[in-house]
Amino acid sequence: MSEATITAPSAGRSPGLSRISEAVIRIAGNSQDGIQAIGGFLARLAGRSEQEVMTFMTIPSTISGGPSIFQVRIGSGEVLSAGDDADVLMAFYQHSYENHVGSLKKGGIVLYDSDHVEPNPEWHKEYRHVGVPISSRTVEAIGGTAKDKGKNIFALGLVAKMFDLNVTKLTQLISERFSGKDTSVLNNALTAFHAGYGHSLENTLETFRFAESQKKDRPQVVMSGNEALAYGLIAAGVRFGAGYPITPWSDIMELLRRELPKYGGTFVQCEDEIASISMALGASYGGRVAVTGSSGPGISLKTEALGWAVMAEVPLVICDIQRGGPSTGMPTNVEQSDLNIAVFGGHGDSPRVVLAPANVEDCFYTAIEAVNIAREYSVPVLILSDQAIATRIEAFEEPNFEKVFQDISPDFSPVPDGKPYDLSVPDGITRHVPPGTFIQSGKYPIITGLEHDEAGHPTASPKLHLQMTAKRRKKLQALGSRWPTPRVHGPSEGNVLLVGWGSTQGPIKEAVDRARAAGDSVSSIHIRYINPLPPGLEDIFAGFNHVFVVELNDEGIYGHGQLAGLLRAKYCDPKIRSITKTDGLTFKVKEILGAVRNYLEAGVRKI
Amino acid sequence: MSSSLTDAPARAGDLTSVVLPASDRKPLSKKELAADQPTWCPGCGDFSVLALYFKLIEKRKLWHEKITTIAGIGCSSRFPYFVQAHGVHYIHGRALPFASGVSLSRPDLHVFVFGGDGDAFSIGGNHFNHTARKNIRMTYVVMDNWVYGLTKKQTSPTSPQGFKSKTDVGGAVDRPINPLKQAISAGATFVARTTHTNPNHVLQMMEAAMDHDGFSFVECLSECVEFYEGAFDASNPRKGGVFNTVPADHDVADEIAAYKLADAAFPGYFGILYKASCPTKNANEAKINAAAQEKVKGLKDWQILKQTFDRLK
Repeated sequence: MSEATITAPSAGRSPGLSRISEAVIRIAGNSQDGIQAIGGFLARLAGRSEQEVMTFMTIPSTISGGPSIFQVRIGSGEVLSAGDDADVLMAFYQHSYENHVGSLKKGGIVLYDSDHVEPNPEWHKEYRHVGVPISSRTVEAIGGTAKDKGKNIFALGLVAKMFDLNVTKLTQLISERFSGKDTSVLNNALTAFHAGYGHSLENTLETFRFAESQKKDRPQVVMSGNEALAYGLIAAGVRFGAGYPITPWSDIMELLRRELPKYGGTFVQCEDEIASISMALGASYGGRVAVTGSSGPGISLKTEALGWAVMAEVPLVICDIQRGGPSTGMPTNVEQSDLNIAVFGGHGDSPRVVLAPANVEDCFYTAIEAVNIAREYSVPVLILSDQAIATRIEAFEEPNFEKVFQDISPDFSPVPDGKPYDLSVPDGITRHVPPGTFIQSGKYPIITGLEHDEAGHPTASPKLHLQMTAKRRKKLQALGSRWPTPRVHGPSEGNVLLVGWGSTQGPIKEAVDRARAAGDSVSSIHIRYINPLPPGLEDIFAGFNHVFVVELNDEGIYGHGQLAGLLRAKYCDPKIRSITKTDGLTFKVKEILGAVRNYLEAGVRKI
Repeated sequence: MSSSLTDAPARAGDLTSVVLPASDRKPLSKKELAADQPTWCPGCGDFSVLALYFKLIEKRKLWHEKITTIAGIGCSSRFPYFVQAHGVHYIHGRALPFASGVSLSRPDLHVFVFGGDGDAFSIGGNHFNHTARKNIRMTYVVMDNWVYGLTKKQTSPTSPQGFKSKTDVGGAVDRPINPLKQAISAGATFVARTTHTNPNHVLQMMEAAMDHDGFSFVECLSECVEFYEGAFDASNPRKGGVFNTVPADHDVADEIAAYKLADAAFPGYFGILYKASCPTKNANEAKINAAAQEKVKGLKDWQILKQTFDRLK
C-alpha cells in the first residue's frame, strides 16, 4: 500500500484523479441515521464490482439513539480485516468528529456535516478537512418535511462522487432496496443521492478511483455472517429450529422463521432457552437434524440439555454467537470467551464437537459441516461464531447450490434390532434410529439420559458406565483423527507462529503478511476444529521458537487465553503463550504485531 | 425435494415391504407392549395408568413404531422404559418442549407424555403454560401424587398446606397449585381429571384425550403408598369417599364453568372439565408453510436459495 493509498503523499495534492487499490471509510453518526444503510450499499456495490469488501460496525445496545459507526474497507486485492485506521471519516455530529478523528490515518480526510460540526483548527494540520452542509442540502433537495431523513443517502452520493463509483449500479441498488415501499420514498432517496453526487467537491478534493480487480469465477454475494450461517443450515437440509431472542443470535432465528416455511420447515420461538434446545432435540430425535442457538447467557441455560444430547447420542447443531461476557456483559460487542463453555460446559464427562468459522463465507460451509458431523456421529455440534463475524458484511463467491444442497430426510427403513447404543460397532459410532422405524425384533429403543445398556434401558453396572463413557469419547477421537491438519500461512518453520481461531483470522493473516514484508519471521495457523483438535499441531509447533495464541478473551488466572489453555493442556508445551484482549473490539493488525514485539523484546505480554 | 413437515415421511413406503398392512396386523397384546418390569413400589397408582395405556394401544390398534412415549424425571417419568415402543427419557421438567419438537416435525406419530406433579408444575411449570397456549398436538398425562417420591418425600407443588414432608417437617407452608385451573387459564384445549382407582374412567379419559386435536391434559390422581398413603381416600368409594363425575349438564366448552368446577374442594369432580375447538400450532404452521411454498412452487430447494442469493448480489 504505497502509492496506492489515499493518504500517501502525492506531489501537489491538486484536485484531479488518484488511483488507489483500497480505502477504509468510517461513517460515524447516531444509530438512527441509517449509517448501516450507507455501509450496506457500499459493500453490496463492491460485491457487484468484484471487489473485496469487509465491514465493521458498532451499535449501542439501546433501542434507538446513541453513537454508532460503520466502517467499510473496499479493495481491489485481498481484504482480510476491516482495517486498523481509516482513510476517510464521515462525521455527522460533533461527537462523531471528536471521538473518531483519532481513527484516521495521518493525512486522512474528514468529510463532515458543516451544519453540525465545528472543526477543531488544531486538527487541520494532521487531517484534510472537507465540510459539506449535508443536513441542509438534503432538506433543500427533498423538501422541508424530510427533516434529517435521507441525509445518509445524500452522503452516499458524496462518497460515490469522491470515489468515482458506478452510479448506474448504485442507483440500481437503491431502487432494489426501496422497491417495496411507496414510490415517494424511492424518489426521495434517488433525489437525495443525486444531490449528494452532484455536490461539487472539485476545488477541495481530488477524485479517487479503485484499480480494476481480478475477475472472479462466480458472481459474488454480499451478506453478514449470521445470514451466511442461517442459509448454510438451510442448504445443509435443516428444516426445524427453535430459539429464544438474544443479541447477536436473534438475526439467525428471525431469518430462519421467515425462510424455512418456503422449504417446508418450521422455526419456533420458544418460551425460554431450555425449551428451545429441548424442542430442537425433539425434532432431531424425530429424524432430521435440527438447530438451536443463542449467545453466552443462553448457552449456559442450555447446558443441562446439551449434556443429555451427549448421553442420549442425539444429533443437534447449536450456534453460539459469542458476545462480551460474563452475564449480560457487553451484548453488542465481540469476545471469544465462550470457548471453554462450548468445549467443557456442563456436568459430567460430556464430549461434544466444537467448530469455529473463520469468516463470513466460512459460516455457510461450517453450518453444512456441523450438520453432517452431528448426523454421522450422533452428537451435538456447537458452532462458535461471534458478534464480529455475525454482523460484518463480506462479499464471497456464490456457492454451487446444486452441489452443496443436501437431502437429509430421515430414513425409516426397518431395522432388525433396537440397539441405539450398540457397543460392538467400530469406534463407537452409532446412528440415531428415529421413531416411525419398524423394529423387526419387536424390541424398541429408549433414548435416555440415564446411563444405559445397549437398548437404552437404565443400568448402574460399573462395567457398562465404563464402556458407554468410552463409546462417547472414542467416536470423537475417531472424528478428530480424520480432520485435516491446518495449513500454515507463511513458511512452516521460523521464529514466531501465531495461532488463531474464529473471527481473528483476517487480522492475524494480515499481521503475518505485514511482518514478513518487513523481514520478520512470522507465520500463522488458524484452527477451525476446536474440539476435538485436529492432528499434527505438535509438528507445526515444533517448527517455531515461539507460539502465540491470539484470541479475544482474558488471559485468566494462569496467564493463558482459553484456546491457549486447551493447547497447553494437550501438548504440555510451555512455548505456547497468549496474546489476548477484552476491549470488546476486533483485533487491529498493529495490536497483534505490537504484542509480538513486546514479548520478543521485553519478554512481557502487553497489548 | 419439496418434502414438507406435514407430508408423510419420504421413505415411510419402505415399511410396507416388511410390515404387514395395518388391516392385517393384530392389535398389540400386553405381552408385546410390556418392556422392563416397572420399578415402582408395590401398590403404586402408576401401575394402573401403565396397564390402561397398554389397553388404549390395544383397543385403538396403535403400532409400536407409530407411538412415542416421552417423559421427564420422577417416579412416574420412568414410564417409557416399561413400554415396548419408541421412547424418550428426557431431563427434569422439559418433556413438553421435547415432545413439541417431535409433534411439530412428525405429524404421523402419536405423541404421549407422562410425568408427575413436580416435573409438570414445579420445574416444568413454564413449559406447561406455553405448550398449552400454543396448543401443540399431544396427550399429557400427569400422575399427581402430591409428593416427591423418587427423592423420598419432599413437598411437591400440589402438596396441600400442612402436609408433613422432609422439607416441611412442621407441615407444608405454601399454597398448592391447582393443575386444572392452571391448565384452563393457560389455554389448554382439553382438560380432564381422573383417578387411578377407577380404571374404566382412566381409559375413557386417555382415549378422549388421544382423540382431541390439540394439547390434551389429563390429571390422574395416583397414590404414593410409600410417602403419602391415603391422600386420595376421600375420592375412593371403596375407602368411604365419593367419586363425583362432572355434572351431566356441564357445558365443556364453557371456560368459566369449567374453572368453577376445577375450583371445587377435594375430592372435586372427575371427567372432562373443558374442551375447546381451536386450531393447533401444528395446523397453523402447516398453513404458513403451504402459503410460503405456493410462492416457490415448482422450484427445487436449491433454486429457492439461489433466488434469495440473487437478491444479495
